[in-house]
Amino acid sequence: MPPETAITLVTREGLKPDRFRRDLETSAPRLVPLDTLENALASNGEIGVEIANTVKAEALLPHFDRLALIAIAFPAYGDGRGYSLAKQLRALGFTGTLRAVGPLIADQFHYALACGFDEIELPAANAARQPEPQWQAALAQRSLSYQRGYDQPGNILERRRARRGEG
Amino acid sequence: MYRYDEFDEAFVRERVAQFRDQVARRLDGSLAEDEFRPLRLKNGLYLQLHAYMLRVAIPYGTLRAAQLRQLARIAEEYDRGYGHITTRQNIQFNWPKLKDVPDILGLLADVEMHAIQTSGNCIRNVTADHFAGVAADEIEDPRPLAELIRQWSSAHPEFSYLPRKFKIAVTGAAEDRAAVRVHDIGIRIVRHPASGEVGYEILVGGGLGRTPMIAKVVREFLPKGDLLAYLEALMRVYNLEGRRDNKYKARVKILVHEIGIEEFRARVEAEFARLDGPSINADPAEQARIAAYFAAPAYENLLPESGTFEAARAANPDFAAFVEANTFPHRVPGYAALTISLKPIGGAPGDITADQMRVVADLAERYSFDEARATHIQNLVLPHVRKADLFAVWKALVAADLATANAGLITDIIACPGLDYCALATARSIPIAQAISTRFADPVRQREIGPLPIKISGCINACGHHHVGAIGILGLEKSGKESYQITLGGDPGEKAALGDILGPGLSADEVPDAIERIVARYLDTRESGESFSDAVRRLGPAAFKSALAKEVHDAA
Ligand code: HEM
Ligand code: SF4
Repeated sequence: MPPETAITLVTREGLKPDRFRRDLETSAPRLVPLDTLENALASNGEIGVEIANTVKAEALLPHFDRLALIAIAFPAYGDGRGYSLAKQLRALGFTGTLRAVGPLIADQFHYALACGFDEIELPAANAARQPEPQWQAALAQRSLSYQRGYDQPGNILERRRARRGEG
Repeated sequence: MYRYDEFDEAFVRERVAQFRDQVARRLDGSLAEDEFRPLRLKNGLYLQLHAYMLRVAIPYGTLRAAQLRQLARIAEEYDRGYGHITTRQNIQFNWPKLKDVPDILGLLADVEMHAIQTSGNCIRNVTADHFAGVAADEIEDPRPLAELIRQWSSAHPEFSYLPRKFKIAVTGAAEDRAAVRVHDIGIRIVRHPASGEVGYEILVGGGLGRTPMIAKVVREFLPKGDLLAYLEALMRVYNLEGRRDNKYKARVKILVHEIGIEEFRARVEAEFARLDGPSINADPAEQARIAAYFAAPAYENLLPESGTFEAARAANPDFAAFVEANTFPHRVPGYAALTISLKPIGGAPGDITADQMRVVADLAERYSFDEARATHIQNLVLPHVRKADLFAVWKALVAADLATANAGLITDIIACPGLDYCALATARSIPIAQAISTRFADPVRQREIGPLPIKISGCINACGHHHVGAIGILGLEKSGKESYQITLGGDPGEKAALGDILGPGLSADEVPDAIERIVARYLDTRESGESFSDAVRRLGPAAFKSALAKEVHDAA
């Protein structure tokens, strides 16, 4: 497997190489489309599935314990369905890795993480134009939030509660 | 009035810093224009015909004097000395420069204001009844609810890239002054018919634009404490299922229309049932914390009527006319709510100069517990004025050219910016409003005609609410010429109705005559005490068709 084809992923901890391959012949962990998932799950090894943002979260529920990764396509950065789908997958109990695949921008990093994503797979051109420090900087700009039940720092309602002495 | 705590303050400051950085990244090329666009839109910054336009939120329309003074300063330092009040309780500045916008946002933050989510495909500025806390027909002040939604919807991680913009309006009163039925979500504070408990009726799928629709009830009674979880469920259904293939079909009203309200309700309830409410909702202490800011001001114990006021009214017919048109009954004896009309005869509806803002700020501070309101009818309100002070307030307004006595009358016209500013316009709307206003300038005649809301849009997007005008005017373009379509019988309130198109389009010149004929038909046929809208309801818009037809015939 030529290492230079490895995709880099943006994560909270910085850039990370992709362990998964879309190549079917690989012995590495595989990322397969939904229509071949049943087959892939019959084999050994780590399996991830790549889905459109129109797939129903419940459809994957039976496979949760066998799936290491669910990659949700973002056809355009303005198409926000993936955020809701990720949130539903987490609510249904998926604990594996969640990946957003598509032309997201740094300013959406916070939102993606808050909705349950772990990593972002960018098209090469977008990654080149928005170097990694911009992603970390955009995250750092967000220290406070109003919504409860999302994975984001500085929940204002909890802080107010703490200040009232209600812990 | 709500005041920011240190968290609200820090949140808004962070957004300003973030936007400053986004502008810098746009300027150095890291962000492409199409990537920057939604970021600037989420900070209220549009690119218009001639320049950028900055839309600043006035959440639920409520303003303090210090905020008005800051808006005046921004209008003077960064604009051409005026601002424009919109139909969604925002104020727009039409001439800011991109490089100045982060500084303007900083000045806004200094007075607890922002431009967050005043445009873009996200949850917009929440609007409310402009007589909230004042009206006698109110179950509860809707502004704590609006403030809770404002906070919850700010930079929402899941709902910031919706299929389309999303507008929420709330009211606590029986009479609907917030047009909740033409919003994506309308919330009415209601009492449970059996238990008497105060909760919410949720309406969904209203909207204007090219496919106008009246909202339908999706939840008859929602307990107050469940609000945020229910909204999360509803927004998730819309975010996942709303159409994204065609931006003209992307509003929630289309989804509701296509799958039907029963199916929509079932999907929302199914999602709601899956959610763990207590981990999402604001707890009672937080609700109470917000509500406390909207506690009634320290009203004096006054007699219902004021001798000085009555004497001034008897002695001064202009003042009497002003009081008759522009005051609204206050639930507290001895007080009145006062509409400051931004519709001077022949003026541009909703425009206000920096000096006028300062005058209103002074009056609010001195006579109205430091509070003013912006209305969706593009006027301002001083919500709590002692009747005994009305004469002094009126004199100050006269000196500032702010005493037009026409609230609700035929010259109190809503008009969008139209072709004078807007990149999407197909026709002018401000000059049409000016022409009608000039034609009906005579105050005696206006009073004789009575309430008659005219609403004008410069294109099918309907920013001027023409569908719900008693008389609606829509400016279109036909073979290179402006053509105005007249609708009749629209109503934004509790009897919400969309107007019927009356006949073929008219040229700009013909519009005032056509309105004149329609009004004449009304005056001829009205029963005693019958308003224009009631007469149209009784007779049907068709009864007015020949008034318009005559006009077309004459013009031919
Ligand atoms: C000047 C720049 C403006 C632009 C480019 C603009 C654009 C639009 C568009 C495209 C729509 C249709 C949305 C849809 O149907 O999905 C719309 C609707 C609307 N806009 Fe504007 N608008 C502008 C100014 C204003 C102003 C000044 C106001 C207030 C006076 C306003 C208030 C509204 C309202 C109330 C609606 C219709 C209600 C609804 O969304 O269903 N807009 N606008
Ligand atoms: S109705 Fe049309 S012309 Fe008027 S402001 Fe809206 S988009 Fe512009």
